[in-house]
Amino acid sequence: MSQATLSIRRISGHAGAAPGEDVERDYQVCKLIDTTTCIGCKACEVACLEWNGYSFTDTVFDNSYQTMPQTAWNYWNLIKFNEHERDDGSITLLMRKDQCMHCADPGCLAACPADAAIVQYTNGIVDFQQQNCIGCGYCVSGCPFDIPKFNPTTKKMFKCTLCVDRVSEGLEPACIKSCPTGCLHFGSKDDMKDLAETRAKQLRENFGIEKAGVYDPAGVGGTGVIYVLHDVTNPEAYGGLPKDPHIPWIVRFWKGPAKWIGNLAMLGGILGVTLHYLRYGPKEVHEHDEDAKNGNGGQP
Amino acid sequence: MTNGWVDIKNTDMMLIMGGNPAENHPCGFKWAIEAKRTRNAKMIVVDPRFTRTAATSDLFCQIRAGADIAFLGGVIRYAIENNRIAHEYLANYTNAAFIVKEGFKLPEDGLYSGFDSATQTYDRSSWNYEEGNDTGGEAPAHETAHTSASTAASTGAQKSAGTTLGQGATVPAPLPPLPAKVAYDLTLQHPRCVFQLLKQQYSRYTPEMVERITGVPRDQFLKAADTFTSIRKDGDMKKVATILYAVGWTQHSFGTQIIRTAAMLQLLLGNVGRAGGGVNALRGHSNIQGATDMGGVFDTLPGYLKVPNPTDVDLAAWLKRITPTASKPAPWDSFNYYSNTPKFAISYLKTLFGDAATKENGFAFDYMPKVDRNYSWTQIWDNMYRGSVKGMLAFGMNGVAIGPDSQKNIDALKKADFLVVGEIYADETSEFWKSPGITTEEMKTIKTTVYRLACAGFAEKDGSMTNSARWLQWKNVAVPPPGECRLDQDIVAQIFLKVRDLYQKEGGKFPDPILNLTWPYVNAQHPALADLAKEMNGKALADLTDPKTQVTIKKGQQLPGFAWLKDDGTTACGIWIYAGCWTDGNNMSRRGTEDPSGQGIYQNWAWSWPANRRVLYNRASCDTAGKPWDATRKQVWWNESAQSWVGNDVPDFKPDSNPKDHMGPFIMNPEGIGRIFAPLAAFADGPFPEFYEPIESPVQNALHPNQQNNPVVKKLKTAADKYSTLGDGFNVICTTYRLTEHYHYWTKNNEMNVQLIPEAFIEIPVELAADLGIKGNDKVKVTSARSYYIAKAFVTKRIKPMTIDGKKVYQIGIPIHQGFRGIQEDEDKNARTLLNRLTPTVVDPNAYTPEFKGFMVKVEKA
Repeated sequence: MSQATLSIRRISGHAGAAPGEDVERDYQVCKLIDTTTCIGCKACEVACLEWNGYSFTDTVFDNSYQTMPQTAWNYWNLIKFNEHERDDGSITLLMRKDQCMHCADPGCLAACPADAAIVQYTNGIVDFQQQNCIGCGYCVSGCPFDIPKFNPTTKKMFKCTLCVDRVSEGLEPACIKSCPTGCLHFGSKDDMKDLAETRAKQLRENFGIEKAGVYDPAGVGGTGVIYVLHDVTNPEAYGGLPKDPHIPWIVRFWKGPAKWIGNLAMLGGILGVTLHYLRYGPKEVHEHDEDAKNGNGGQP
Repeated sequence: MTNGWVDIKNTDMMLIMGGNPAENHPCGFKWAIEAKRTRNAKMIVVDPRFTRTAATSDLFCQIRAGADIAFLGGVIRYAIENNRIAHEYLANYTNAAFIVKEGFKLPEDGLYSGFDSATQTYDRSSWNYEEGNDTGGEAPAHETAHTSASTAASTGAQKSAGTTLGQGATVPAPLPPLPAKVAYDLTLQHPRCVFQLLKQQYSRYTPEMVERITGVPRDQFLKAADTFTSIRKDGDMKKVATILYAVGWTQHSFGTQIIRTAAMLQLLLGNVGRAGGGVNALRGHSNIQGATDMGGVFDTLPGYLKVPNPTDVDLAAWLKRITPTASKPAPWDSFNYYSNTPKFAISYLKTLFGDAATKENGFAFDYMPKVDRNYSWTQIWDNMYRGSVKGMLAFGMNGVAIGPDSQKNIDALKKADFLVVGEIYADETSEFWKSPGITTEEMKTIKTTVYRLACAGFAEKDGSMTNSARWLQWKNVAVPPPGECRLDQDIVAQIFLKVRDLYQKEGGKFPDPILNLTWPYVNAQHPALADLAKEMNGKALADLTDPKTQVTIKKGQQLPGFAWLKDDGTTACGIWIYAGCWTDGNNMSRRGTEDPSGQGIYQNWAWSWPANRRVLYNRASCDTAGKPWDATRKQVWWNESAQSWVGNDVPDFKPDSNPKDHMGPFIMNPEGIGRIFAPLAAFADGPFPEFYEPIESPVQNALHPNQQNNPVVKKLKTAADKYSTLGDGFNVICTTYRLTEHYHYWTKNNEMNVQLIPEAFIEIPVELAADLGIKGNDKVKVTSARSYYIAKAFVTKRIKPMTIDGKKVYQIGIPIHQGFRGIQEDEDKNARTLLNRLTPTVVDPNAYTPEFKGFMVKVEKA
């Protein structure tokens, strides 16, 4: 998608240099979600569907305002509603827009074995390239946010693209454009971080929300989607936002040490074969054997 | 709204009550968020449920549905007790200093002076000011603070003489006028001055009483009262608070009085007329304000002129009745803008009847229908149920679903001869005969002829919509109506033209009003909305010259504004408050985004009634000398050198009235001031609001057990009209609401909305669900005295059990949106019951709005 105007930083399952990786971009893009001003109107859900061309999904009421239990391969943006009891016993309703976090160190990309099925652009967007996707689902195990979803018909993985097609043309993502209260912001990571920290400070100092803070988890190298939370010490309350997300050790091991162990094993094999050759020379083919191979059954 | 949507960003404090703007006005709610973000404004939300609005608030109080007057009355008491009131504003801009006539009685026992229990009405003649002068702060020797009650018996016994009309209806006898010279006491010490009466009235609304009635714990209530009134700490006038409300306040048998309480509180705190202040009705539809302005209620004409009644024997009698005369303290001035009523009324008659309206025939006043009784929404259905209304034309609404008491409405339609429904979807009204419970056998007996007309949707029409902020915004046609769909105005026009043809051919009892109605549209069969808009704005019928400025307007030219209207038949104007909307061009289509003051006034965006001013009563944003209370939010001010009022907004005032003349800023009241005490005929149920229980409630009225409900509210008497009484087993309070995901009964036909909230549900507190063994998603049946409703359970912690007057009470909430026609309904994925089968037919006595909020039900597993 629109790779012409985007430079790629990393590519999944790819040996050697990423095309254009030496091209420097001025900034990384970032989406800021201020959960303290989210009203759960779901305009972003509808905008996401409409922009990406997905239509009606059969849903079932499930004791909540939430549209469905989790995001789907054709429903990338979902507000999670959580009734939460505060420390003083009062009730509140936490609403958090859930979607791909566009990690700086993306677990999905790390886990993906298919060449260039997942790319990370230099502006930070992590994007699935369905034409290269083999549908193995390894990205799911790499993602600490449970975002990639499998389309059983096409056997491909899907998730939020951060509207890469809009962003590459200088537009903000569709969800940002649709937000009526301005709880969603889009800009450079630096600017969004500033804005988020300023807002969190305002909440602490002027509204007495002492634990207000910014969610930009270091475990995945920071994210291209950051949150202002009323209680940054308890992100789990917002529909299972992990407190300290990181790429699962198995993925790290597999793509790190395991890969080298594998490489070493492979190297060992090649070495063994070479030594064997040097010691015993080429394997000689006898006429009798050749006949057998040719299927002549040893007949004259 | 006294103010406007964008203006909310100027506030320091918000009280959101009887409304849920985050869910029902999400786009407008951005300005509330903006105030929080840019001004650190605080937000208090008071609601029966913890809503999505509450989720963004700084303080939430869960209130019992219908207990709002007790809560607000308690805040008034708190403000007075803690001296958090705007003294200069109160004494000069409200009637706090006015002295009320001897004989007026406060409702310690639940009744004001003048109640007649036989007719369930008040003789309101004792609700008046005393004639006189400045009492100089000295009380007459024989008075004490409580004597006002002692003389009540005599006036209370007075029978209200009324004119008896056909069908047992009466029009009340005319009331005495307001005194031209009102006695007053600027020290506010006189025991009968409005301020002292106010203090006495709400002295009963203690935090303990508030807790007993509303269920809001005392400390929580005090925190809310303290937070809201903190803007007037130490008498500082700089800060401003706003109140935002919606139909959670109007839909009660005392709805108007809830809003009155809010207005009084805002006057007490000096918040009306100011940027970031006011009393702000958030309208639930894009054009509800427009519908109201155009005379949507049976007793008002366009521009809120009062409809003639049978006592108005001729034009002069009508004009005399509806035109107020100034009533004020002698040294003060009052603009009394409604003294211009004859100009508005006669220009309206000229619009209706053109050349047939002459000075000689009283401008065809006799053509006007005279309203002899209540013809409001619920009465129409009641009359159809009783058989006197034989047919209905239903456009732009789903009457059966709207209710109240949908089953009664369905039964009423069964008795009608015909029903015409103009809609874009097949709705419950046009398919009332398919309502669940009607058997095939019964269908055969329903003889009503139903005509379903495919109409155009809003994007298929042009025209203007008037939003909550009183902005008239013109829109263009986005797409043409599909297929054979027709524009509503074409259908209405073509029906009218056919009826006129019939009168022309066949005559009739009184053909004149029909035959003489003007129809000046370029295409009679298809009147353009632009033509109608121009007609509403009005035009000169002769050459006119302003004697002051010598500006001349030629015959036939559009009028620049309502100041040009005349009572001699030389102007025509369809709705005086809209004069100015279409002058040389269409001002409603203006899209200027200049905002030099930064206050969000946007003077060049669309057009706002009246006279393009954005904040009403903005003279009150200045002190008595004409200087803004807050220099950082200057709206208008007195320019001494120019001897004129100037400003960022259009001054809502007589432009050359020097502050020394002490003209009141509330120019639409004959007193020129804001009414804390509403005299005479202003309201049917009392000059101050008093707390009464909803018609169906779980407890005795804690203030006066012998006067449970609003005394002037009448229950209806057909077999369908059943009401729950205390102790009959209907023990759960039910309130109704809308969801952000849906628009009324419409979007159940739209896939995108349906997927967001696919099914009907009932919000039930966790504790009640546990008592009844109900789990989330279980089917639940809710029954009222009238009917039942079935939907899935939404078991939630966001509605807590309450303690009302020592009694544990549960509240539940049900969204209105589903019915028996829609995507899910047609696939049998919903229970197919209409919520309003549950609601009672009982209305507010002033606005006739049904009590959809706070009625009693039983809950059980279905």
